[in-house]
Amino acid sequence: METVKLTINDIKVEVNEGATILDAAKKIGIRIPTLCHHDDLCVAGRCRVCVVEQKGARLLQASCAVPAAEGMQIYTNTQKVREARRTILELLLSEHSGECTSCYRSNNCELQALAQEYLVIGGAFIDVSDKSPIDVSSPSLVKDNGKCIKCLRCVRTCAELQGVSALWNTHKGNKTRIETFLNKPMHYVVCTNCGQCVNRCPTGALTEKAYIQSVWRAIDDPEKHVVVQTAPAVRVGLGEALGMEPGGVVTGKMVTALKMLGFDSVLDTDFTADLTIMEEGTELLTRLKTALQDGKPTPLPMMTSCSPGWIKFIEHEYPSLLDNLSTCKSPQQMFGALAKTYYAEKIGVDPARMVSVSVMPCTAKKFEANRPEMKSSGFKDVDYVLTTRELAHMIRQAGLSFANLEERKFDSIMGESTGAAVIFGATGGVMEAALRTAYELVTGREVPFRNLNIEPVRGMEGVRAASIKIENVKEEWKFLEGAELKVAVAHGLANARKLMKEAEKGASPYHFIEIMACPGGCIGGGGQPIPTSPEIRLKRAAAIYAADEALPLRKSHDNPEIKMIYREFLGAPLGHKSHELLHTHYARRNRS
Amino acid sequence: MKSGDKSKRLKEFEEKVNLIFRETDCVEVLKKALRGDPRAIIKEIIDSGLRGRGGAGFPTGIKWKGAAEAAGGNKCVICNADEGEPGTFKDRRILDEQPDKVIAGMGICARAIGATEGYIYLRGEYTFLFSKLSAKCEAWNAIFKEKGLNFRTSVRSGSGAYVCGEETALFESMEGNRGEPRNKPPFPVTIGYSNLPTVINNVETLAYTTMIISDGPESFKSIGTKDSMGGKVFSVSGDASVKGVFELPLGMTLQEFVDLFGDSDTKAVQVGGSSGTCVPRKNFADTIIGFEGVPTGGSMMLFNSSRSMYHVLKNYLEFFEEESCGQCTPCRVGCQQLLKGIEAIRSGERPLSYLERLRDLARVMSIASKCGLGQSLANPFNSITQHFREEICY
Repeated sequence: METVKLTINDIKVEVNEGATILDAAKKIGIRIPTLCHHDDLCVAGRCRVCVVEQKGARLLQASCAVPAAEGMQIYTNTQKVREARRTILELLLSEHSGECTSCYRSNNCELQALAQEYLVIGGAFIDVSDKSPIDVSSPSLVKDNGKCIKCLRCVRTCAELQGVSALWNTHKGNKTRIETFLNKPMHYVVCTNCGQCVNRCPTGALTEKAYIQSVWRAIDDPEKHVVVQTAPAVRVGLGEALGMEPGGVVTGKMVTALKMLGFDSVLDTDFTADLTIMEEGTELLTRLKTALQDGKPTPLPMMTSCSPGWIKFIEHEYPSLLDNLSTCKSPQQMFGALAKTYYAEKIGVDPARMVSVSVMPCTAKKFEANRPEMKSSGFKDVDYVLTTRELAHMIRQAGLSFANLEERKFDSIMGESTGAAVIFGATGGVMEAALRTAYELVTGREVPFRNLNIEPVRGMEGVRAASIKIENVKEEWKFLEGAELKVAVAHGLANARKLMKEAEKGASPYHFIEIMACPGGCIGGGGQPIPTSPEIRLKRAAAIYAADEALPLRKSHDNPEIKMIYREFLGAPLGHKSHELLHTHYARRNRS
Repeated sequence: MKSGDKSKRLKEFEEKVNLIFRETDCVEVLKKALRGDPRAIIKEIIDSGLRGRGGAGFPTGIKWKGAAEAAGGNKCVICNADEGEPGTFKDRRILDEQPDKVIAGMGICARAIGATEGYIYLRGEYTFLFSKLSAKCEAWNAIFKEKGLNFRTSVRSGSGAYVCGEETALFESMEGNRGEPRNKPPFPVTIGYSNLPTVINNVETLAYTTMIISDGPESFKSIGTKDSMGGKVFSVSGDASVKGVFELPLGMTLQEFVDLFGDSDTKAVQVGGSSGTCVPRKNFADTIIGFEGVPTGGSMMLFNSSRSMYHVLKNYLEFFEEESCGQCTPCRVGCQQLLKGIEAIRSGERPLSYLERLRDLARVMSIASKCGLGQSLANPFNSITQHFREEICY
């Protein structure tokens, strides 16, 4: 590759052709402030905070957008540059109705941080902030135009990463705004509630809808028995929100913290992740049997149903493929249904007195918990969904010194899990867990991958495909002898769309498809700590796989509590009780 | 000057130039261009000293050379007919009366750079010209074909946004996207419309290229000054004794201009439309109309002493507040702040010293905005607030 040589602040630097001035500066450790720039998104060059001076040029250059060129002499810290940046920040503050003390994103706000860095005085210019009402229509997300600085990170996220475009920039000039189609409330548009926009919003214009107060009230109520479940990806994200480095596994400290916050039962969504594998794996094999042995039409490829952002996406965009979805509820909702039935019975608590809380890396889970069909226990199965970030808020509010907490274990029952459940947190994880169980069920042998690590479905490629040859099967699975099981994995809804276009035409070569709405899977979920970047997501994923390898049990069907629940309560996978509590149906939605 | 003398002087000036509205056999000019080497065309345009007539004044020949040298088989010529600058209405008349000259210019450019497709991006409000120009394009497409030039032109209509006159916003608009200027580089000559190397020239510029090929570069150079060669078509409006479209040589002083068009009470001339510079009476004699002085895309607005410069400026700012595309911070918020700022000073909500703050803001906008819209706002703002401070503040 061709390279170019330039100087930045008189320091020589050589970069590949096509690299921006910002990239070049980063290479030699010079930080240039940015707001509209994001490592996951295309170049915008909108906010102009990153302007630098180029010797010989009249105009300042937006370093995020201008390619480094041979012989350029760039200065990042001149009087002209500082004045421009300060003015730009003052302008942004004038259109930002930021009352930092009462803002949900305070201390985690890029605009606030830069304003402090440049000692910008609020009120330098006249307030021109948007006074339109805050959109609280969605159970997942809150949109406050008054805090928007029009960086378009949300718009680019929704279009580029998710292929949804629920948000777009509309109007122009002083009326420029980020709006939904026809400016309808967020709850009534194609938004999937994935929250990826929240993860990338530099201010508090897009946030999750927080249920912290409701949860505190439940905990404080002596009449209530509050059960909490925590999703796989939360344990590799929570530390970041509490000041730790990305890539740490904080399961034990998290359990201790939850107990100290006052939750009555601290349980693990991983348990129902294992259960999902039992149900979904059996469902897949049943469909294959129907298709291959009985020769009857059955919807294939089967698609996973764990990710509620993905579910809403397919309901809007590909309603004709709804039958391809696994009927399995997500682990969160399986857990909720079992908490107020099986668990309540086991511990002798009246389910009417039980409050079921989940901690999720996800904002779409809030929507999911509110779906009208999610009441199979006879009550609302999951009462409140907190994001990883909300849990971090609660831990701070309680004054806990998280880093110094001792490590404790989840309560039993519904606290036991395997490595197969942990990897649900990363893209490809559900597929890997399902293959570990299904292959063994059919052949009686472990999957033919070293150390059970099914590498072809791991990684961060947007769409990944793999196939496994099934040989020497058990007698009852004879119809699968010699079959090649073809699977695909996609993360980020724009990638999901690629597989769906194929499936919609009936041209999908796969038997089983895993889709996660968020880039990286749940570790990059819309409820995870901010910021996010490809680098951070890689670290979280590495932590997930390390946690899997560290566990003694790594296949869902080996989980003793799973064996027990089938023995004592559910019967067999896809049995009558399972259908009642663990499976669901979907809704056709339109595109507007 | 008496009105009789005035019209006599004006006639003299007009006769000095008379290129744009002179009857010319454009097919003959095209044939002449096609006979020679494409490089010879570019050399003639460079030699003529022609600079873009849309306002920015980029040397036309250099632009063509850039596109000619750009890699890529398919190239594009676009005629920027999105004449949106308030106070500018000369392209409208050129397109109405001399469309052949413009389209022939596009053909000459196509020959010079090796372009195969051409478009006239017509201002959304100029719908009355659309069918006429489309028919002209078809007629010329036949001529191009007959003369062996592989080049086709057609007309595209804008939708009314001022910013789409900015070349890269214009491409976005043509591609069906929001009209927002792109990051530069890359420049249009390497990556323009539909990622093709593109020459985009103003209507008047293209008409002049036809005349340069017709009469030769020397003849064009003999008009105007060293830095501002050739003629220029002006749109004269406001408190003027004569209004309308006039082709005059570049390099006149503003005094000479006001003597011809003023109503003997001219206190200021806004040169170059609402994004141009306001020149007060005391500077008329020392101000040259041209690239060495105050450049203009053609708009000349005259104001006499009955006009409040506060209202003039406020009117401009209201226009920009709305017409900013809204993407970059300095322009989107800056335009609002300049407008709100002068209102607040006038009403006493902000001290007089706030005007200095606003002038600094305008300077930041001029170097930090993404495109010419935000960059040029300091021209009217700082010139009007400098010369008419009292009218703004009180």
